[in-house]
Amino acid sequence: MRSFNHWLPLVCAIALALLGPLLSPYVADLVVKVMILSIFALSLELLVGMTGLVSLGHAAFYGIGAYATVLASGSEGGSIAWLLPLAMGSAAAYALFVGALSLRTRGVYFIMVTLAFAQMAFFVFHDTAFGGGSDGIYMYVRPALGALDMESHAVQFYFVLAALVLTYGLLALIRRSRFGAALAGIRVNEQRMRAAGFPVYGYKLAAFVIAGALAGLAGFLLAARDGVVNPELLAWHNSGEVLLMIILGGLGHLRGAVIGAVAFTLLKEVLSTQALVGPLADHWQLTLGIAIIAFVALLPKGIIGIAARLSPKAVT
Amino acid sequence: MDLATFLVQCLNAVQYGLLLFLVASGLTLIFGIMGVINLAHGSFYMIGAYMAFALAPLFGDQFIVMLLAGVVLAALFGYLLEWAFFSYLYQRDHLQQVLMTYGLILVFEELRSLLVGNDVHGVKVPAWLDGSFALGDLMSYPWYRLFASAACLLLAAGLYFVVNRTRLGMMIRAGASNRDMVRGLGIDIRRLYRIVFAAGVALAALAGMIAAPMSSVYPGMGASVLIICFVVVVIGGIGSITGALVASLLVGFVDTFGKVFFADLSGMGVYLLMAVVLVWRPEGLMGRRT
Repeated sequence: MRSFNHWLPLVCAIALALLGPLLSPYVADLVVKVMILSIFALSLELLVGMTGLVSLGHAAFYGIGAYATVLASGSEGGSIAWLLPLAMGSAAAYALFVGALSLRTRGVYFIMVTLAFAQMAFFVFHDTAFGGGSDGIYMYVRPALGALDMESHAVQFYFVLAALVLTYGLLALIRRSRFGAALAGIRVNEQRMRAAGFPVYGYKLAAFVIAGALAGLAGFLLAARDGVVNPELLAWHNSGEVLLMIILGGLGHLRGAVIGAVAFTLLKEVLSTQALVGPLADHWQLTLGIAIIAFVALLPKGIIGIAARLSPKAVT
Repeated sequence: MDLATFLVQCLNAVQYGLLLFLVASGLTLIFGIMGVINLAHGSFYMIGAYMAFALAPLFGDQFIVMLLAGVVLAALFGYLLEWAFFSYLYQRDHLQQVLMTYGLILVFEELRSLLVGNDVHGVKVPAWLDGSFALGDLMSYPWYRLFASAACLLLAAGLYFVVNRTRLGMMIRAGASNRDMVRGLGIDIRRLYRIVFAAGVALAALAGMIAAPMSSVYPGMGASVLIICFVVVVIGGIGSITGALVASLLVGFVDTFGKVFFADLSGMGVYLLMAVVLVWRPEGLMGRRT
């Protein structure tokens, strides 16, 4: 059982790859969106679940990755070969700036400071003309690299799936590495790690920058999928939602981030579908708000927590 | 910039800063004493503004009476909300507090949209405060803004008096510096929590009511105030009323003069100020070093 559970994420990825051509365009598009959100949620899991840093400004890096992609591709479009590193690099650079300052604080300060810096980035894109102001900007030609042209829906699907698998794999490796063990140590007892001689600040900053870069990857994919960006990507609602996803799935598990992204997207769809909830669909924010409160109150360990409660040995 | 313009901008800065202080002081006290990070605090400001919109036609020119009625309603609301919702948050970690109060924001926003819709509304300045007085030859300054500053100043002084000179204030300060010790000394901490929370809600709602005739009322006004107030709290230091006052005024000046000198990037000024403070004193200007 343990070994099957261990390989479950890979099995899911292969199943998804095989199912890809069979999905209807609407479903395939939804799956791409959920996979992008999963990458975004995974990047935050590195901070919140693995390092114990609650960031409420993660959407900034997502949005910066997306904006960098669109701004740099210009009117002729660009190659994935340099647009992707650029998007991740820009997000990582801002993460370095934000991390270097916000990691000087702790706990609730950290939450507020990350939120404030994300809002600063939001204002840069919202108030100045170079990113198209509050309307955002369109991408004329989607990124491509040889036969890999993001204009094609099939390419989008497999490219995003590959990115998700790589991100998941990278984070799984980090978890098992010495670096990941140090991050876990910081989460459990920062004081002890410092006393043991670990450069705690450096470790946390490294985690913050990697998380920023991966959020930038998600932003790149989103820009390539939507072909448009606007400042709302950086809005703090997005930071709140992604935080919610990893809680919804189950904090402290990589698969929790993916499950959370799926569950949250479904929850939003269900709550805003007229056929399912009737006239409440127009007021999905109300039901979503209540659902969030109820969920966090009753199931603080997320969906994985339910599974663990039902069969204590299945999830480790 | 001539002297009159400079004066007008200074008045604007002080007025904005004092208004922020009303919201931020509640936020910093609620965190300092209860240890709760409350994202929904901006919603109380929004609720206050909409309350002014709803109550203004009823009270006509009795603006002060309206403010008093609003404060009573807001305090009652805060008292009930603490009892029904926030008292369950104290034992939870910050992450859960963030998410649950985030859910609460969605609920408040949607209720607001159900009750008053999503339009921007104006609130009339009461007739006896309408008009403006001359400042120099060309400039004039609206009476209402001066009234707003005076009201905020009065409230700030009142808050200072309560916190520093009364028995309740002593308990509040004690609670902010060591919660467990206060509990250990046999003070009814639940009652203290409820009072502080109700006061915080009342202050934020009052700020919203005072701001409504100047800024109009619109969806999302809570969120923008909330984030600026986080900046104020970070700059001032959590749990410190004096810090909140100093930081609010600083933010007021930076924001107002930022708009004068760098129109495009004015939104960034206060965040850069926060960055500087974080480099210099990460625990805030008046925060305790840990």
